[in-house]
Amino acid sequence: MQNGEHFGMEDETYTDIDGKAISLECQSHSGFCREFTVSSAKVSISRVMVYTCAVWMTAYIIFFFTENTAVLSSAIIITLVGMMIHIHFVKVDHETLLVIGSLGVQVSSSYASGRESTDFIEMDKIKDIVINEAIHMQRVIYYLCILLKDPSDPSGVSSVVPLFQSSKPRLNCLVKVYRSCQEILAKC
Amino acid sequence: MVLKIFFPQCCNKADSGLLVGHWLPGQDSAVVLAVIHYPFIPGQVKQYIHQVGCVGVGWKNEEAGGEGKTKEEKTGEEGDKVIFVHYEQRKVMLSQLHPTDPPVPLTQSTSELRQVFGTVSQSESLFFLDKYDDSPVKLTHWQSEGREGSIIVELMKQASTPVCLLTAWILVVCSLSVSVSRILNVFPLRFISSKLCSCVQLSYRTEHLQTVSSPTRATSHTDYMRKANIFMSFLLDVTLGLLLIYWLYRENRVGQLANALLPAADRVAKELEELLQWLMGAPAGLKMNRALDQVLGRFFLYHIHLWISYIHLMSPFIEMILWYVGLSACLGLTFALSLLSDIIALLTFHIYCFYVYGARLYCLKVYGLTSLWRLFRGRKWNVLRQRVDSCSYDMDQLFIGTLLFTILLFLLPTTALYYLVFTLLRMVVVMVQGVLQLTVDFINSFPLFALGLRVFRSYTLAEGVKFSVLCEEPGTPLHLMMDINPLKFSSVVQTYRTATYSCYPKDSWLALCKKLFLGELIYPWRHKTTKID
Repeated sequence: MQNGEHFGMEDETYTDIDGKAISLECQSHSGFCREFTVSSAKVSISRVMVYTCAVWMTAYIIFFFTENTAVLSSAIIITLVGMMIHIHFVKVDHETLLVIGSLGVQVSSSYASGRESTDFIEMDKIKDIVINEAIHMQRVIYYLCILLKDPSDPSGVSSVVPLFQSSKPRLNCLVKVYRSCQEILAKC
Repeated sequence: MVLKIFFPQCCNKADSGLLVGHWLPGQDSAVVLAVIHYPFIPGQVKQYIHQVGCVGVGWKNEEAGGEGKTKEEKTGEEGDKVIFVHYEQRKVMLSQLHPTDPPVPLTQSTSELRQVFGTVSQSESLFFLDKYDDSPVKLTHWQSEGREGSIIVELMKQASTPVCLLTAWILVVCSLSVSVSRILNVFPLRFISSKLCSCVQLSYRTEHLQTVSSPTRATSHTDYMRKANIFMSFLLDVTLGLLLIYWLYRENRVGQLANALLPAADRVAKELEELLQWLMGAPAGLKMNRALDQVLGRFFLYHIHLWISYIHLMSPFIEMILWYVGLSACLGLTFALSLLSDIIALLTFHIYCFYVYGARLYCLKVYGLTSLWRLFRGRKWNVLRQRVDSCSYDMDQLFIGTLLFTILLFLLPTTALYYLVFTLLRMVVVMVQGVLQLTVDFINSFPLFALGLRVFRSYTLAEGVKFSVLCEEPGTPLHLMMDINPLKFSSVVQTYRTATYSCYPKDSWLALCKKLFLGELIYPWRHKTTKID
């Protein structure tokens, strides 16, 4: 595999556990450094319009009965503040996994407003990267996670860091990422 | 094996020379600290490197068109891979990796990042020479353009020693005078001063000032942050107190407050009297025992009458007292708030007294009832074995016991109602005092300096690092850029909160309800004697 090779969307389209389309991008920077980006669906304009209309219709109805203009201005403020909080704190645009052999693994989530929250785990603390099963609501789903070493017990696992939590890709996408990660982890 | 080289960004554009740094053995990595330029005398350079305690590696950094290409000759093998991690030396030097453990010597077991940060911050002696110095060795590092410093910081450092000594001397004099006056009457004064919030707050602040004004420099990072946080919180306190004084004394608000205080106290007393008259009648349709009702009602009414007379007696002096008390806010807003809490406690002392009377009466009644209930059933409480045993009573014991039980049972609703009413009133006063105490606690423990550092110089408080891949071309080693990931705001507040006397309710809700039911006295906002974070 040459450096800088870039796989975009392949023939196989990936979906998340709810059936919405997501995209996976694998970038190989070097023989032992690879970056995986899973992008979820963007904010849909129809949902935004539906919510805004619902809130404003309710405000107008209340205004019609109470004749108080504070209701209207508070509805506008609530809509704006709610939208800002949603795109800054809730809506995840894409999640990235950067694996650097013998240095560590970096997990980062990028929100719709551009904010990035990053976490770096050193290679000494990582025991393995595995695909695990979990019971989520009424079904069983697969998720990729990093197992961390327990300092007191060399063969034990102290904690589990789940990856791609907002985009929740399905098994085919996870297997691809898993195979790539294991190649790098096996080398060092 | 993959070799990791941590390379400072400031040396990217340096002229060719010798790279000087540290080798981290357990991790297969090297931290480059500076570049020594040609021409140099190898003997002098060797001596300098030994003096500073680094390892010099014989690599050449050749400047070629703005991009530094490094030829490594250490390992002769072809298949070895190298990662270059670029870091900004100034930020790594000044930052502190969290969680800040007690400083241990860097062994192989500490994590790689901690070793890198530790290496850079411990190499201060290497960064003393800059390019304007006349020395045989010419270095490039983050301070080679000239050692940076701020005039204000240097002036403050010079001024801080005499100020610290002066403050320490003043504190010693004050504490001596307090202890001398305390020798005169030991018991009552100490008891009162432990109950009053303002005295507690004063002692607390004195302790703080003693910490800040100690002439020894803070050695570890946590000590430094604690001193800075205490100092900033003290400044904020005094500023807010001065603002309060300005607002209070501007339009004779103190006079207005004093004039409003007396009618307010009168109104509270009148409301209480009406409440008692209501209880003495038929409150909420319940039928009270007339005799007991009259006795209790008259007892409490007489208390209120005494209280109102006392307030009226004090009324000419209230304005003067308030004026001087308001001036004390220059010691800090926390002191003013704790004084306010104490004034509220003093003004509502009669409610506290009523609560204690009602609670004690109710408690006695409940204990009497439980004990006589046992007698009713032919049982007894065995104190020796701490359990309930059966017991045979005499006829007259049973007769009197049953009689007393009936009397107490039928008098229960009256006492219970008085107890309920006064407990509710007491709860209201306790809530108000609790809110004031929580505010004081908040101002005392809030780490303003740490938050300011996080906002303006976010690289000083580091939670970790983040990597981003710089341009990559096939055939060249991988270049990564290492940035500092700052600590989250919630972690900053949690890590750097000053320890305070905890003021949270120490009983759980269930224990509180149980105490209320049994009639035990409740003190939910008890000051703890030891500090809790």
